[in-house]
Amino acid sequence: MPAADYDSASLPDLLPLYYRRLFPFSLYYRWLNYGGVQKNYFQNREFSFTLKDDIYVRYQSFSTQNELEKEMQKMNPYKIDIGAVYSHRPNQHNTVKSGTFQALEKELVFDIDMTDYDDVRSCCSQADICSKCWTLMTIAIRVLDRALREDFGFQHLLWVYSGRRGVHCWVCDEGARKLSVAARSAVAEYLSLVKGGEETVKKVILTDPIHPFIRESLSLVEKYFPKYALQEQDILGQKESVDKVLSLVPEDVRKTLQQDFQNERKPETRWKILKDQASRKQNTTKKGKHFEKEIMLQYCYPRLDVNVSKGVNHLLKSPFSVHPKTGRISVPIDIKELETFDPFSVPTISLICEELDRPRTEEEDVKSEEVKENEVDAAENRKIRDYKRTSLAKYVRYFDQFLDAMARSWKGELLKKSDLQKEF
Amino acid sequence: MQFSGRRKKLSPSCQADLYEQALQFYGQPPLENISLSEFESFAVDRMKLLKTVENLGVSFVKLSDTYKNKLEAESKNLKLSPRQDNGLSEHEKRRKDHISHFILRLAYCQTEDLRRWFIQQEIDLFRYRFGELNSKQKLEFLHKNNLQYDTISVEEKQALSKEIVNSSYAVSGVKVEDQDVYKVPFQDALDLVRTRKVYLKAGYAYIPHQDIVTIVLNDFRTRLSKALALTARSLPAVHSDERLQPLLNHLSHAYVGQDYSIQKNVGKISLEQIDSLSGKSFPLCMRQLHQSLRENHHLRHGGRMQYGLFLKGIGLSLEQALQFWRSEFIRGKVDADKFDKAYAYGIRHMFGKEGKRADYTPYSCMKVILSNPPSQGDHHGCPFRHSDPELLKQKLQFYKVSPSGISQVLELVKGMHYQLACQKYFELTHNVEDANFSLNHPNQYFIESQRALGGGKESKREADAPQRSQESSAARGSTAAQEAAAADASQNLAEMTEDLDSFFNDS
Ligand code: SF4
Ligand SMILES: [Zn+2]
Repeated sequence: MPAADYDSASLPDLLPLYYRRLFPFSLYYRWLNYGGVQKNYFQNREFSFTLKDDIYVRYQSFSTQNELEKEMQKMNPYKIDIGAVYSHRPNQHNTVKSGTFQALEKELVFDIDMTDYDDVRSCCSQADICSKCWTLMTIAIRVLDRALREDFGFQHLLWVYSGRRGVHCWVCDEGARKLSVAARSAVAEYLSLVKGGEETVKKVILTDPIHPFIRESLSLVEKYFPKYALQEQDILGQKESVDKVLSLVPEDVRKTLQQDFQNERKPETRWKILKDQASRKQNTTKKGKHFEKEIMLQYCYPRLDVNVSKGVNHLLKSPFSVHPKTGRISVPIDIKELETFDPFSVPTISLICEELDRPRTEEEDVKSEEVKENEVDAAENRKIRDYKRTSLAKYVRYFDQFLDAMARSWKGELLKKSDLQKEF
Repeated sequence: MQFSGRRKKLSPSCQADLYEQALQFYGQPPLENISLSEFESFAVDRMKLLKTVENLGVSFVKLSDTYKNKLEAESKNLKLSPRQDNGLSEHEKRRKDHISHFILRLAYCQTEDLRRWFIQQEIDLFRYRFGELNSKQKLEFLHKNNLQYDTISVEEKQALSKEIVNSSYAVSGVKVEDQDVYKVPFQDALDLVRTRKVYLKAGYAYIPHQDIVTIVLNDFRTRLSKALALTARSLPAVHSDERLQPLLNHLSHAYVGQDYSIQKNVGKISLEQIDSLSGKSFPLCMRQLHQSLRENHHLRHGGRMQYGLFLKGIGLSLEQALQFWRSEFIRGKVDADKFDKAYAYGIRHMFGKEGKRADYTPYSCMKVILSNPPSQGDHHGCPFRHSDPELLKQKLQFYKVSPSGISQVLELVKGMHYQLACQKYFELTHNVEDANFSLNHPNQYFIESQRALGGGKESKREADAPQRSQESSAARGSTAAQEAAAADASQNLAEMTEDLDSFFNDS
């Protein structure tokens, strides 16, 4: 659903403005350069651009921030994707001996897309989203963020709104960037609970003992389930959706529940009846005894595209890229404010370009003076002032904080390195 | 066979301690020269063993009793069992194990696919063998190979005991108390991480001693894949040797299976025939893909690969394939322009006309069943493996399979014999008593179906004929044809033994 104020026909006019005055190049470079800890890390990184009319150019690479900036301002890409760090400069991939050009490192990434939930949401389908089903993304972030931090020990997780119907996660820790393909797929599989395609009805099956990871995830899902699934999606309301839920319970319980539900219409009470049946079942038999948990997970648990996470050379849409269909900017999500994050209030390119044209208020002028005084480059300064005047500001500010936290960790790395050098 | 005279007794004692233990990491290549007859039989026997490992892994739950019994029987049979029995002496069996492993490294180091296959089977074999050791032998093995892992303190163990018990099957609280718990980076225990059978905290996996095999296997895998890469690099001499190269190829080929990427029937099938062929001669997996392609005018990546390569394998030319996919996709949401931009490349790629010219081989059942399972929106995979039994039942009813037939198929599915279930389906739908082949490839299913239906009409019979023998050699079970292929392989082996010992030394 394109935002009301955005018209994709205006994109060719807006993009030059965006890349000239608003795109946060210096932070972007600061991110992908990772403190210069490893040589040529930025230079060997693949970018790919989607230009007008779906023209797709891969294997772009840049030696400096300046070069990247110039090129983006020249090409004005509709969409930017980030790929791996290669053994050689990607733009010279044709000149190196075949077989030696290899993807070496990349952030561990996750892609969660609302279209993968079509069988369990009734409000929208396909590329459409609304504030009701957005809860699914909130749950996904909660569950994965916890697991990646607590189970896998990662710290630098950048969550990004894709601009349309999903979210991405970039795990930027050094350890994550160096993971092998096998390790990436093991992590992704550890995190996947919903299995099976169009030919599978029951997609979550739990067995004893329940792994701590599943317990933790369940306790997060449970917080959202009553309001999201029972009220908003009304999964125990209409007959059709009730049948869908009942197809997930063991056969012997199904009959009982069908009868019980005839005398009880309230979704919450129906759910309570179902849960009672489940706890009774837990004491008796073994098979299918966790069915109420399985239902919650099938309806709410994050659905990852494992293939995106597996490959080191897989490309993923870059933060701060524009979504050509909706015009919205792919902005980082501050998970401290996750519950109030609203995809519909994410600024579109037309909005921020318009904000730029508004005459500035005095207050803004004062504010903009507070901006990092010691930033020397005047042009840079002007650009900072520019985005500060738009609704992009808070997202850029968050990105900056994220990078600060990372900088603290690689400073440690650099120190270690220079200590080593001293020893020689 | 004049080579047998070359046998030099090269200080056999210097490697004697290698054979002290039943199991080894194959860290050192054999240094002795071996006789031709040994060389042949060693290589062929180990191939048979690895093939058995592969087949058992598909038909049975790994490490279940049946799996273990069958593997033990075959190991004994091939005199590759590290256990006591009345055949060869312990030393001789261990020597055979050692040398045969190194011979196969040569044959299987050459391509990514071969390496993957070889590593997988060797690992499964190792896992089984390690499991057969008693705990004293296990400790000795760790000690001998210098494998030391960090253990956690008693206090930490107590604090985490509940989580550890809930994370790993078959450990109870009491048992955790009695055994060491190792703490390793999660990257060193990927098999446990992937299946969520270990407790993870802050990037570390907590592994009770009984699961230590995972870390050991991980070590083994790392060493083996490094070693294979090295062997591959030190083999340019083999590549230039006209006698060795075809032989090594043969060794590896006969057992990985028929290569269906070699197009034999190009252009013999017209696009109009596909609908009717899909009902008559496609295995269920392809029929399902065909049907959903016709219904949705689209298939996601996994489906395009599985189905596209299959179609290539039955003889569609590149032009036909492009036409086939384009005409279907443009009936959906994709217009011709978008198709040419976004999808045509991928199809040309499958035919090796674009990109790295990677050779895309049609997927075997094993690949369909084990890798890249379908997720939301996908129709690929193997229906016997990836469909709910209830849906599978409905589908079979819809295809007019008799109720008794359906229950036979479902019974096989329940026992996880997916390929056998598929074969049963073949028998039921082709009205044959005993299919007389061992199914391991969707394209094989197609060829057999055409043959059973008096194939001459729709695909040229003579084109299939030469495939027959090779196909069966790749088949499961020990059939006469397999013996023949093995004999064939060993004959070639006879011509190459000469220079091989020198290669071992480099690896
Ligand atoms: S067993 Fe093989 S041929 Fe049969 S449906 Fe499964 S993958 Fe296809
Ligand atoms: Zn919605």
